Amino acid sequence: MKPPPRKLRSLAAKLSGRSRSAQPPRIGALATGAPLSSGPDTSHGVILYLEEITVSFDGFKALDALTLYIETGELRCIIGPNGAGKTTMMDVVTGKTRPDHGSAWFGQTIDLLAHTEPEIAQAGIGRKFQKPTVFERHSVFENLELSMVGDRSVWRGLIARLSAAERERIEEVLEAIGLAERRFAPAGALSHGEKQWLEIGMLLMQNPRLLLVDEPVAGMTPQETERTAELLTALAGHHSIVVVEHDMDFVRSIARRLTVLHEGRVLADGPIEQVQADARVIEVYLGE
Amino acid sequence: MSAPKVTPGAADRGLLPHPREPRPGKPAPEAVAAARRSPLALVLDRPTLFVVLVLALIAVIVPLLNLAVPEHSALHVRTYTVGLLGKYASYALLALAVDLIWGYCGILTLGHAAFFALGGYAMGMYLMREIGARGVYGNPLLPDFMVFLNWKALPWYWRGLDHFWLAAVLVLAAPAMLALVFGWLAFRSRVTGVYLSIMTQALTYALMLAFFRNETGFGGNNGFTGFKDILGFDLQASRTRVALFAVTVVVLALGYLACRFVVTSRTGRVIQAVRDAESRARFIGYRVESYKLWAFVFSAVLAGIAGALYVPQVGIINPSEFSPINSIEIVIWVAIGGRGTLYGALAGALLVNYAQTYFTQALPEIWLYALGGLFIGATLFLPGGLAGLIARRPIAGSRAASG
Repeated sequence: MKPPPRKLRSLAAKLSGRSRSAQPPRIGALATGAPLSSGPDTSHGVILYLEEITVSFDGFKALDALTLYIETGELRCIIGPNGAGKTTMMDVVTGKTRPDHGSAWFGQTIDLLAHTEPEIAQAGIGRKFQKPTVFERHSVFENLELSMVGDRSVWRGLIARLSAAERERIEEVLEAIGLAERRFAPAGALSHGEKQWLEIGMLLMQNPRLLLVDEPVAGMTPQETERTAELLTALAGHHSIVVVEHDMDFVRSIARRLTVLHEGRVLADGPIEQVQADARVIEVYLGE
Repeated sequence: MSAPKVTPGAADRGLLPHPREPRPGKPAPEAVAAARRSPLALVLDRPTLFVVLVLALIAVIVPLLNLAVPEHSALHVRTYTVGLLGKYASYALLALAVDLIWGYCGILTLGHAAFFALGGYAMGMYLMREIGARGVYGNPLLPDFMVFLNWKALPWYWRGLDHFWLAAVLVLAAPAMLALVFGWLAFRSRVTGVYLSIMTQALTYALMLAFFRNETGFGGNNGFTGFKDILGFDLQASRTRVALFAVTVVVLALGYLACRFVVTSRTGRVIQAVRDAESRARFIGYRVESYKLWAFVFSAVLAGIAGALYVPQVGIINPSEFSPINSIEIVIWVAIGGRGTLYGALAGALLVNYAQTYFTQALPEIWLYALGGLFIGATLFLPGGLAGLIARRPIAGSRAASG
């Protein structure tokens, strides 16, 4: 995988609203200026702590004392056979599923188990579903507008108008996901790949610190897959990204560090070459 | 993407600027214009202007044809017809309320007649107090049915309702409070779909039973009738009836504009987003329950206003207004007219009610079959209702599609 074009990188830097200076940026510096819910404290370099997480459904342990750390700015790929607990893990992080045991922290200070889905989303965790989920009857532009960080209250929404800065930010994301030409198309009219990008764009509009991306290239053409790889690698560093994917070629093209889940536990974890050489991994997953 | 690699076929997929675009990445000028339309222009799009203009004309012309045209003239509109049209107009406002919550927010309510009836009862209480000592029993304080039941004092919730303004507040507050409590409980527990619909049916049925009872103090199964006047104007006089009609049509137009304002606002787009992909809306940080609750309460208040306008024109309100079948009929009007479009709901209410008036006089025995047939037909062949026939034309600028 060749490095993404410089242009894309700088764009991603602009998008994520942070410069490369050492000073930790205010989240959403580029965005609305609306009061943000307190972001995570990542002073220890780790953005997500999952410790001893256990989730069981009717006796079946979807997650079995899973422990996983995601570092700030990391692009982490997670693979595993069906039923390994990948989606359940995302459900726990986003507040959809409450674990039976264990703890989940976003940075040093935010206890994910004590917050609801919208609160977690507003704190800076964005999630892309396995099946692309966009607002089909809204235009591409409106999809991004609704995803924008900012006040989520009903009354404000009645009189809310896009400011020039907000409009500009939507334009930037439209450019980044390559849908500028289709901004007024209803999202339902987009191709499968375009919907996936729109959904990533919607995540970007939220200015998340952590992106959870579930099977981003499922059903994509090779060109679309390549473009998605560029997009995700360009975003890493500015955002922490966790990608769950089955497509091994795609994983090889973007992964720096790979985690293999198996039966609700971490089976192997490390640089991709090392993991691929792991005998147990070959046995349960790659060997199939 | 502003300096893209050229991949074969990329332009077709919309990834690259179209060759004829003068500057890459810039949208077509008309598209920009569409996005930058002022909120006022967005609210007052062409169909809205048309609807409001037509309603304004009706509010002026129908009263003129009644009051200024002599009775023997072919153009004269009878006072009876004016009352009928006023009834349709209040039903149309009720249909807008249901469309907002069902068509835009995706909550199929089968209990909206309850809010309509509550608004109607609030107005009815005022009208009963306004009768004063002119009732059959001549009691200056107690309405006839209370004297008949040997009640000695006015129940506390009847106090002060001889003031119109207090009744007007109650018209808004009673449906709003019920919707707030019911909606808060239902949406917080994430009750959705058919379960919620059944609960709304149960709600209106329970209220019907409560209002049927004499002890609740709302006139039992007779309800309220025999109204004399409103704000000192005789309810039997043509002028009063024509004025009530004009007020109803004006309120309908204002209600239409209010709904249009809501659905074109960002809140309106969130409400529609909740309808289409609730979990996605939740994961991008919207408190879905708050939006549903807000829409539900707003819709209930509109329905209450419609009920308050309905009662002085038909001259009676009784517990049958709460009957579950009434709520279902509203949904049928909206389905036939076209849910998710305001003008569709309006047209559906007017058409179906006109048809009902016609058929129940001409062929009374087939009306219910005709109504059922219309509903099934609309569901099978016109999923977008009558409005869906119009909206099938390609629309420039997607925002037009959301109104």
